Amino acid sequence: MRIGVIGVQGAVSEHIQAVENAMKKLGVDGDVFWLKKPEQLESIDGLIIPGGESTTISRLMVKNGLFDRVRELGESGLPIMGTCAGLILLAKEVDGAVPGQRFLELLDVRVSRNAYGRQVDSFEAPLRLAFDDEPFPGVFIRAPRIVKIFGDARPIAWHGDEAVAVEQGSVIGLAFHPELTEDTMVHEYFLRKAL
Amino acid sequence: MGRFDVIEMKGTERLKRGFAKMVKGGVIMDVTNAEQAGVAEDAGAVAVMALERVPADIRKAGGVARMADPKKIQEIMDAVTIPVMAKIRIGHYAEALALEALGVDMIDESEVLTPADPYFHVDKRKFNVPFVCGARNLGEAVRRIWEGSAMIRTKGEAGTGNIIEAVRHVHLVNENIRLLQRMTEEQIYSVAEKFAEPYLRLARELREISGLEPKILETEPVYEEYTYRDITEGIYRVLLEIRKLGRLPVVNFAAGGVATPADAALMMQMGMDGVFVGSGIFKSSNPPKMARAIVEAVNHYDEPEVIAEISKDLGEPMHGIEVEKLEVRLEERGV
Repeated sequence: MRIGVIGVQGAVSEHIQAVENAMKKLGVDGDVFWLKKPEQLESIDGLIIPGGESTTISRLMVKNGLFDRVRELGESGLPIMGTCAGLILLAKEVDGAVPGQRFLELLDVRVSRNAYGRQVDSFEAPLRLAFDDEPFPGVFIRAPRIVKIFGDARPIAWHGDEAVAVEQGSVIGLAFHPELTEDTMVHEYFLRKAL
Repeated sequence: MGRFDVIEMKGTERLKRGFAKMVKGGVIMDVTNAEQAGVAEDAGAVAVMALERVPADIRKAGGVARMADPKKIQEIMDAVTIPVMAKIRIGHYAEALALEALGVDMIDESEVLTPADPYFHVDKRKFNVPFVCGARNLGEAVRRIWEGSAMIRTKGEAGTGNIIEAVRHVHLVNENIRLLQRMTEEQIYSVAEKFAEPYLRLARELREISGLEPKILETEPVYEEYTYRDITEGIYRVLLEIRKLGRLPVVNFAAGGVATPADAALMMQMGMDGVFVGSGIFKSSNPPKMARAIVEAVNHYDEPEVIAEISKDLGEPMHGIEVEKLEVRLEERGV
């Protein structure tokens, strides 16, 4: 199994570590790497769009020729997981976008950038997952808020009653950062889609 | 209490260090007004540093440099969606509390401003907002990390457009980490004792003034509520973590002298996680173009042909100054 992590900006190495740990847990033989060039997209079984600054990642993905091909691959069923900025990039509708900022539009959700507040409002909270009975440590850093789910997207994680992650076919978007915790449950769930 | 109750924890070390991880591979730009902040955001900056003057102008103006006018910082916060950072004077708790109340995303306890406390830095663990601090060497870096800094940057020599001091600081930290990796735990403990010494300056000075024996009591707090032993052990734990990781346990950026895309690429090639650009953008002749080029240089630091291409026709970079000719060395502030 080959997993690429979009490596233009943000918490890339944390996702690489989390995927390696999840592969070990699942007993899967595979590798995970920094993905910076469009040709690297052609040999992967799954793609992660990390947290970082969504305006920067979007701009550099377009500039580096990754953007359109990622969208095509997502439409044709490549498993993709986006966290925080990654969720914003995957969303169909975005409140608080910067003029000219482009989105992959692979998830039927409306997200609101920085809607939980600034960094002093960033928080940790236990989450409920649709695919596991144990609480998952949610880490929200200047996180986007999922304000509407429509079409074919469905929630897969909740903070209280509020959806904080969605899935649509093979694409997952999370408002939080599983890569900043030791818990590999979310990465394992994603990797099973790429098997 | 159920396992899924809505409990929220704020200001944890994970959230503070996590925030810094989100700016990795990015460029943080000094801006002095809403318009410049917009230029930075459009160029792909991961955050901006809100200032009244860029370091080159602080240097020129002389006098005491303080926290920027909160109205100015607020205008910049309102103008952009990316994180906004702002600087406080070293050791100035009241400026730090004010900026936290204002809602800035990260505080830079910075030697670029005139220090407020001749002995100590702020105890950053007492805040919910994350801090970044400058360091010239591993001792300074480790002290700041022990105090709760979520991010480290080189001090370099701000406002000079001269990269030599930043390069010096990267070497000093990287080589010291390599040295650490060849040491026994006993040797590392001795290093921790040495690195904890600057916290004793006030206690020592008091004894000298009072004509007392220079011996400091084991139980005597020397910085906030911490004794010399507490500090040494805290620093020892940070050093062990550094030895294990082979790098600082927090995000580490270059700052102080980055003036061109090649300077930024050099810093990344030396292992930095990203760069701060102070005067380098808005003191150049074409700020939007320079800003975009530096963002791309950080992204493509290991592709020389890209660095060559984006370095073409950028106009005049900021005017540079030789460090030997400086009257004030900002990097010497705050050890």
